[in-house]
Amino acid sequence: MTTAAPTTTAAGRKPPVNRRRVALHAGCLAALLVMLYPLAWLLATSLKPADEVIASLNLLPGTLEWSNYETALDGVNDVSVGRLLSNSLLIAGGAVLGNVLSCSLAAYAFARLRFRLRGPLFAFMIATIMLPHHAVLIPQYIIFNQLGMVNTYWPLVLPKFLATEAFFVFLIVQFMRGLPRELEEAARIDGCGPFRAFRSVVLPLTRPALITTAIFTFIWTWNDFFTQLIYLFSPEKFTLTLALRSFVDASSQSSFGPMFAMSVIALLPIVLFFLAFQRFLVEGMASSGVKG
Amino acid sequence: MTTTQTSASLRRPERPAATGARRPAGRRREGAAWVFLSPWVLGAVLLTLLPMAVSLYLSFTDYDLFNPPSWVGLRNYTQMFTEDPRYWRSVAATLTYVVIAVPLQLALALVVALALKNMKRGKGFYRSAFYAPSLLGASMSIALVWRALFNDGGTVDNLLGTGGWVNRPGWALLAVALLTVWQFGAPMVIFLAGLQQIPAELYEAAAVDGASRWRRFLSVTVPMLSPVIFFNLVLQTIQAFQVFTPAFAVSAGKGGPADSTLFYTLYLYDRGFVASHMGYASAMAWVLLLVIGAVTAVLFRTSRSWVFYAFEGDDR
Repeated sequence: MTTAAPTTTAAGRKPPVNRRRVALHAGCLAALLVMLYPLAWLLATSLKPADEVIASLNLLPGTLEWSNYETALDGVNDVSVGRLLSNSLLIAGGAVLGNVLSCSLAAYAFARLRFRLRGPLFAFMIATIMLPHHAVLIPQYIIFNQLGMVNTYWPLVLPKFLATEAFFVFLIVQFMRGLPRELEEAARIDGCGPFRAFRSVVLPLTRPALITTAIFTFIWTWNDFFTQLIYLFSPEKFTLTLALRSFVDASSQSSFGPMFAMSVIALLPIVLFFLAFQRFLVEGMASSGVKG
Repeated sequence: MTTTQTSASLRRPERPAATGARRPAGRRREGAAWVFLSPWVLGAVLLTLLPMAVSLYLSFTDYDLFNPPSWVGLRNYTQMFTEDPRYWRSVAATLTYVVIAVPLQLALALVVALALKNMKRGKGFYRSAFYAPSLLGASMSIALVWRALFNDGGTVDNLLGTGGWVNRPGWALLAVALLTVWQFGAPMVIFLAGLQQIPAELYEAAAVDGASRWRRFLSVTVPMLSPVIFFNLVLQTIQAFQVFTPAFAVSAGKGGPADSTLFYTLYLYDRGFVASHMGYASAMAWVLLLVIGAVTAVLFRTSRSWVFYAFEGDDR
């Protein structure tokens, strides 16, 4: 009791608050451990030799089997991980470029410009956020099939250049509405047309929302499995996600090491993006639901 | 000065008349707006409206991608509703999953958000750490981890001695639902942002009136947060209806055991892209669209009685 005295002098009722705070942190840390267990398990298993995966109940590997990663780097179906990685990057990069360009253009019109049918079109745009992807999937597939684009990356990238992901249009609209109008008015007085005003005044100010759009697009495209599964069938065009699919059928525990080594490689870009941009991600997510 | 220009300059007095000298400024800017909108309009027409119309048409046909579609009237729908037990099993699996996963996920998200709300140190760290699974959880990598954890001899089996969940009907669905619950971070972040917008005066006033913590939660937090709860509920429900990757991974793409993880989207994929019954799959897609629309409409309708918009009309 005597050692705790200095902290209690400031305010009479401090100890219960402190105890509650300690309990809160303990609870949060415990929850965090449970939450992070699957990730720790993934990392540990990717380094375990085959016999340990089956026999040992320890989370940590007894011996580090780095050859799992060598096996994983060889890839699947004679396609190296380097190739799979660059395919994934190409698709995700194209999607990022498309979404940032097309969604910011549409958002500027909705946020700042006047045009006929603005109200109904905006409502329609919002409604498409809720539209299930599957409702348009089959005809889209037929269209891309007619255009000879199946088993190319066009069906995965082209729609992004046409602002089909309305969620991001909405996100950028919300952000642009928060910008002071005076800057654009000033630019207009100086003789800027809407295009100059957009490019030189609005776009630079919108950068946080554009970064959020870019990161979310990257991660969602990187994780996307369904669309890639439908459109790509040549192994040399596969992405990391699709290559992992071939492990879905082979479920024997003996292949766990290389399979999860490859899973780690596939998750690495997302983890790096998260660590680098967590502020944009968390705040972008927060602003999507509030102040709506 | 023409009359149109005077009315324009009335609305924006600071605007010099010279910029609108050639053409009326309104019309020129209307044209500019459509230039900005053109990619979106193209996408909305070619990749949303047209495909919706086409899939409605296809849902009344037999179509295998190679031969031209042949009109079969309502047969796809009658077959779906009366002759296809797998269809109903997929409906049951999807609804069970939505009803289990969404409330659990949102409840956990709200509890954690409330716990973090008044935290002075470490809030940012926990917020980011709890959010991370929401980004990773949709990946094939994590879906494969999940299958291993819940398989025979996996961690859950070793811990609880229940056997592998993914091989037992009923339990496999629960494993997939837990993967959704694991991703509670996204709604949690949204809850937290909403909680921070509740004015502190309301809590102070309630405390002065002698309201207990629980009472303050029920009478201040819940009504003030109700628009955000509603937003999360709608968004997560719609997303849950469309889950695909974990069910595919857990059941090796087959929806087993005993069709217990045959989610609607998985069966739609199976009918359309494995069995090449594009007409049947289109009918399934339209039923999904109508069901999601109906569920959203019901949520919106009931929301009138429990969602409280304090700042109505404040949004410009």
